[in-house]
Amino acid sequence: MNAEVRAIKSAAEQGLAVAYKAARDTLPGKVVALRDEAFNRFDARGLPHRRVEEWKYTDLRALMREAKPLAGPAGAKHKTGVSSILTGVDLDTLAIVNGRYEPAWSDDKAHDPGVTFSELFAYLAENPEYKVDQLPGNGDTALLLNTAFMSGGVALRVKRDARVVKPIHIAHVFTGDAAAAMYPRVVVIVEPGAQVTLVESFTGPEGLDYQVNSALELTIGDKAKVDHVKIGCDGAAALRVSTLGVTVGAKAEYKDFAFTLGGAVVRNQTFVRFDGEGTQASIDGASLLKSRQHVDNTLVITHAAGGCVSRERFKSVLDGESHGIFQGKIIVDQHAQKTDAKMMTRALLLSDEAEADNKPELEIFADDVQCGHGATAGALDPGLKFYLMSRGIPDKEAEALLVQAFIDEVLEQIAHEGVRRALMFAALKWLGSR
Amino acid sequence: MALALGQALGRAGNLNRFIQVCEDENVALLEVKNLHVEVEDKKILNGLTLTIEKGQVAAIMGPNGSGKSTLAYVLAGKDNYKVTEGDVLLDGESILGMAPDERAAKGVFLAFQYPVEVPGVATMTFLRTALNAQRKARGESEFSTPDFMKRVRDTSAHLGIDAEMLRRAVNVGFSGGEKKRNEILQMAVLEPRLAVLDETDSGLDIDALKIVSEGVNRLRSPERSMIVITHYQRLLNYIVPDVVHVMAKGKVVKTGGKELAIELEKSGYAQFAGEAA
Repeated sequence: MNAEVRAIKSAAEQGLAVAYKAARDTLPGKVVALRDEAFNRFDARGLPHRRVEEWKYTDLRALMREAKPLAGPAGAKHKTGVSSILTGVDLDTLAIVNGRYEPAWSDDKAHDPGVTFSELFAYLAENPEYKVDQLPGNGDTALLLNTAFMSGGVALRVKRDARVVKPIHIAHVFTGDAAAAMYPRVVVIVEPGAQVTLVESFTGPEGLDYQVNSALELTIGDKAKVDHVKIGCDGAAALRVSTLGVTVGAKAEYKDFAFTLGGAVVRNQTFVRFDGEGTQASIDGASLLKSRQHVDNTLVITHAAGGCVSRERFKSVLDGESHGIFQGKIIVDQHAQKTDAKMMTRALLLSDEAEADNKPELEIFADDVQCGHGATAGALDPGLKFYLMSRGIPDKEAEALLVQAFIDEVLEQIAHEGVRRALMFAALKWLGSR
Repeated sequence: MALALGQALGRAGNLNRFIQVCEDENVALLEVKNLHVEVEDKKILNGLTLTIEKGQVAAIMGPNGSGKSTLAYVLAGKDNYKVTEGDVLLDGESILGMAPDERAAKGVFLAFQYPVEVPGVATMTFLRTALNAQRKARGESEFSTPDFMKRVRDTSAHLGIDAEMLRRAVNVGFSGGEKKRNEILQMAVLEPRLAVLDETDSGLDIDALKIVSEGVNRLRSPERSMIVITHYQRLLNYIVPDVVHVMAKGKVVKTGGKELAIELEKSGYAQFAGEAA
């Protein structure tokens, strides 16, 4: 037991305590005991700061100045839709607006017969056997806050052997005239043999410093095939922490991609545990950052069963005074023999003021494994740029071509063509606006 | 030059007109005047003077460290090469203040000694982006897709470059010979007026050398000048130069006809060791 000496609570910590006290009896669902326990654990610890190793580069105590009031209900649906970056991609959208499931903002077309879904608290009431916070990542401070304040969300179940063709889009939207905080939670259970593509997007207004603390619990059954793509297009002043907890069964195929373009402070924390043998997984990401954006991709990948292959590839392009962080930890349990895990992270710095921090870690307790990691950070190769320019390609265009090639290499990991193209186009637009 | 003279005679109505045309035809494409260049405070070129006429193929030979590659890079506009004195004129206009892409649009092309790999950029995309960027800079319209494809296909077939190679990222995983052939393909597609071939023969076996040389020879034209930089005479058996310049210690120390190359092959470069000191 570490006794932590905490002199004073920050304004945000005090604000969270006040907000919890005020909201505790009116928050939805019959989960007050769960909320209380989570909040008390949070309150004892406070917001994570730089002396907490897992949060070393994202000092939330410093970055989160105040606790915003909880977001109110959504208004009328935006004319622009829920995520402009995905315009034209055929998706089955479930909208979570201001932290609550909003049927009026969601697609009212018939959903795939292989999928059942319910509002989060309705699901928890009807399925008492499902306990939240049982997945990897439980105990994380940001997740405790999400549990305490859970405002709503959806629960999806993909039936055994179902092949869901159209991607399911979970669109997190903030709409409001003043900054607010929201704590959505999504539960997805993919039964054995089922196939599904899940797209999560985060959007909100440019000028407001709203706060999102989201959680996705994903349970992947044996021989299931799941693609999950998370698209962060938050407004430029937003603060978002998203926790993803995943357990994967045997002989499954799991692909995860985190794409981040927006937000002032963003942390994508992903906790994955392989519980069954023979699973193949790729956990990838791309960030394109400018001005003073701070984006942290943190992974903890636990190989708890043997014979699984995991690949982690994260790339970031950092312009302006932006700060890109990658922390990746691969843990191989003692019995997880024949594990094959490789992690790679590359940061491309487009300005002298940008900063990249890469922290790969391996914790291996088995003796017959193949594990490796590589991390690089650097500017564009001047020799490469000269080669392009010597062929007549102007300075900016040469840079754009090289950056596009750099980021497309990882975007190509996204299996769904429409989503992949939409993100490649978004990257191109980002480059064009430099 | 005989051809140029013949054309001039055919067109000239009187002596004055003849002289005028003669002067036009003889105008140098490239004039390097008393060029002094430093790289990281080290003097590499020491008053190099060189004239390349329109349509001329000039070989530049010389020992290691004589400044041949530096000259190539300075012509193409690479960073970190500091010109402390002298000038480089293309069509009488100084190019030293121009960025590499501006020089390329004016018709300067460098075939690299060590072509770099460009991961993630398909060769076709690269060629097309380069060609259209040059055309745009010159105020010309962009190439249509069919015209562009035709131009690439015609040339790549001659160079033994297949469609698969064109789809792959530029030079990534290419053998040394493939990289050099790709340089010549780029040259053929971009149609420069001044091509600088920097040790294009290095790392090539005899078959690859023949393919590359044939590719270069097909591009010889009265409208195109070439500077062929090489260490060995071997390449010049295949690409026969109009003139041979010998460089030592950062300047041209001897100029002669193609027989000069053969002479050098026998006598070596030792005779020039003291020349520019």
